Amino acid sequence: MKLLRIKAIAKKEWIQIRRDPFSLAMAFLMPAILLFIYGYAITFDIDRISTIVYDQDKSSLSRELVAEFRESRYFRIISYVEQYGDIDPYLDGGRARVALVIPYDFSKNVRTGRNAQIEVLLDGGDSNTATIAQGYILAISERYGQRIKGSTITPLIDSRSRVWYNTELKSRNFIIPGIIAVIMAVIIAILTSLTIAKEWDRGTMEQLISTPVKKPELIIGKLIPYFLIGFIDTVLSILMSTLLFDVPLRGSISLLLVLSSIFLFGGLSFGILVSIVARTQLDASQIAMLSSFLPAFLLSGFIFSISNMPKPLQIITYFIPARYLVTILKGIFLKGSGLKLLIFETLLLTLFAVVVFAAANRKFHKRID
Amino acid sequence: MYERVKNLVIKEFIHAFRIKRTVIFLFITPLIQLLIFGYVATMDVNNISTVLYDLDKSFESRELVRRLESSGYFTITYTPRSAVEIRELIDRGKALCAIQINRDFGKDLKRGIPTEIQVIVDGTDSNTALIAMAYVNTIIAKYSKDMMGQRIKAMLSTIDFRTRVWYNPDLRSRNYMVPGVIALIIMLTCLILTSMSVVREREVGTMEQLMVTPITPIELMLGKTIPAGAIGFFDMSLVTFFGVFWFDVPIKGAILLLVLCTGVYLLSVLGIGLFISTISKTQQQALMATFFFFQPAILLSGFATPIETMPEIFQYITYLSPLRYFLIIVRGIFLKGVGISILWPQIAALFVLGIAILSLSALRFKKRLG
Repeated sequence: MKLLRIKAIAKKEWIQIRRDPFSLAMAFLMPAILLFIYGYAITFDIDRISTIVYDQDKSSLSRELVAEFRESRYFRIISYVEQYGDIDPYLDGGRARVALVIPYDFSKNVRTGRNAQIEVLLDGGDSNTATIAQGYILAISERYGQRIKGSTITPLIDSRSRVWYNTELKSRNFIIPGIIAVIMAVIIAILTSLTIAKEWDRGTMEQLISTPVKKPELIIGKLIPYFLIGFIDTVLSILMSTLLFDVPLRGSISLLLVLSSIFLFGGLSFGILVSIVARTQLDASQIAMLSSFLPAFLLSGFIFSISNMPKPLQIITYFIPARYLVTILKGIFLKGSGLKLLIFETLLLTLFAVVVFAAANRKFHKRID
Repeated sequence: MYERVKNLVIKEFIHAFRIKRTVIFLFITPLIQLLIFGYVATMDVNNISTVLYDLDKSFESRELVRRLESSGYFTITYTPRSAVEIRELIDRGKALCAIQINRDFGKDLKRGIPTEIQVIVDGTDSNTALIAMAYVNTIIAKYSKDMMGQRIKAMLSTIDFRTRVWYNPDLRSRNYMVPGVIALIIMLTCLILTSMSVVREREVGTMEQLMVTPITPIELMLGKTIPAGAIGFFDMSLVTFFGVFWFDVPIKGAILLLVLCTGVYLLSVLGIGLFISTISKTQQQALMATFFFFQPAILLSGFATPIETMPEIFQYITYLSPLRYFLIIVRGIFLKGVGISILWPQIAALFVLGIAILSLSALRFKKRLG
């Protein structure tokens, strides 16, 4: 292996990248825009659920109940209806998710101490929002029940809930560190998966074959410029998360950068491996999609928790490097974990990088068949 | 014109099917996507791994634990001997929730003295934490009520919220996700196919050969979009078929309407694909541009998070996304069984958007070629 030849390949690749400012701009813009959207627009905090009210009772008590909903930030009363038939179009058309029906005898029942019922209709289509809405409704009903009774009966068991790590329960804090892993996985997959296939497609591979450059030299040389781009993207993402979105970075930033670099190296080698195996660019893009983007998005535990998945899929997640990076990023960002806690993830990331790099070397044949 | 377009379409199909692997990808990719989405994309919170630190070990504390476990939401995975271990288990992410029952819990309850329970939740995943907390508190509150004297109980339980869940009464998130995946897969497949197939001709140099033939730009455009559209329809049927028969997702509305709306949706998708092909010179650029468009488009469509939780500015942006309308349509057809009478605003918007995008792209395409 000669450093000179690696340098030459890296330089050639860099010139090619530079000649394509469009792709280069995308490589930097994409993480920024995605982080921006995730940071500002995407929240898994469910609030302002659109609600309609059918108040048959129209008493001060029922109005108080509606006010209780309105004042909680979780529900937003968008309309009042006057008959049952009017509820359907709202729910069917998706304009409202919750309908509150207060029956005629509500206040009478409350005053005479009988069981008063409230009917709540919930659009269960989006099961997640519906589950959370149910939780909120429960909380409101407890509070309201106590308030109108004016009762001071303290519940027998007081459950003191405390939240650790992400104490304000802001979903942003949980999403942003994870999305950095996903963005990196996607960017490096797109960047590298076409790089060797492109040489075959265009016929420039034959020129490379005729040079004395060796396989590992070619692969490392191709990796270096993309590694730099990926590294800049990582730093950019970390800066944006902490400075723009106030996500706390409790652990060590140098550990974060070192571990991300291991991930980058593995991911880039994997992209090259895809590119070698696929030969045509369309195939390479499809494989990259299937093997990088989807797993990073769905199987890394970034949004969907791994313990909820069926067993076979849980086993598959062990083969997905993004899974380890997500754990590492969340650990370092939110919990301030050190290397000791993350040693398992670090070792597996390293193992993945080494294995994939070796596989890329093995699979790459410097000849025309 | 018809003859030439037909020949072009045949050429495209020959090209796509010549390499067996490409064919497999075109069919396997959507299936794998559907399977993963169907199994993984659930936010249902079950079997929360829970640490139980029971210092009391009385009949009452065991009863509470039994209720937590039989709810199906919590699984007691660790019973540590010291409070320090709780910290470690949660730090390592082995458990999401910890419940500490103090000594004298049972004694206090029997005497009717208010007592406490400590609940610790790992807030890293804010949503799961929120749901877990709601479950714990509900179960504890219910238990607390049951342990109270009859007289006090009568005063407390006066208001009863009867919740009825419509459309998806078991709250299966799969029923919500799978129809959405149709929209996703069609968009991704068709975008990559149209944009890359046009750019490939340019990159490999066969575009010049096409240009010397009497084929007009419009015919070339049709020849490139029709195969992609056909594959889009195919993917739609594939996903619907597997969604219904494999994942048991109910389809309550008319399948014919679904097919029709897919056609309307394809107008925009193919239009965007053509547009990407006009701005990219290489296939790599096309792939980058596809992702550059595709990811924000999913995020700002209501696919994963409800649109009304977004800030207002972003809510306006979603009106520009064809995915937004199509998602409402597919979910409406699958889950709610609604028809044109309710979905017409979405269909109309999708149609207008599609025509606008397609004609703009066609103009650009023609200019670039001419």
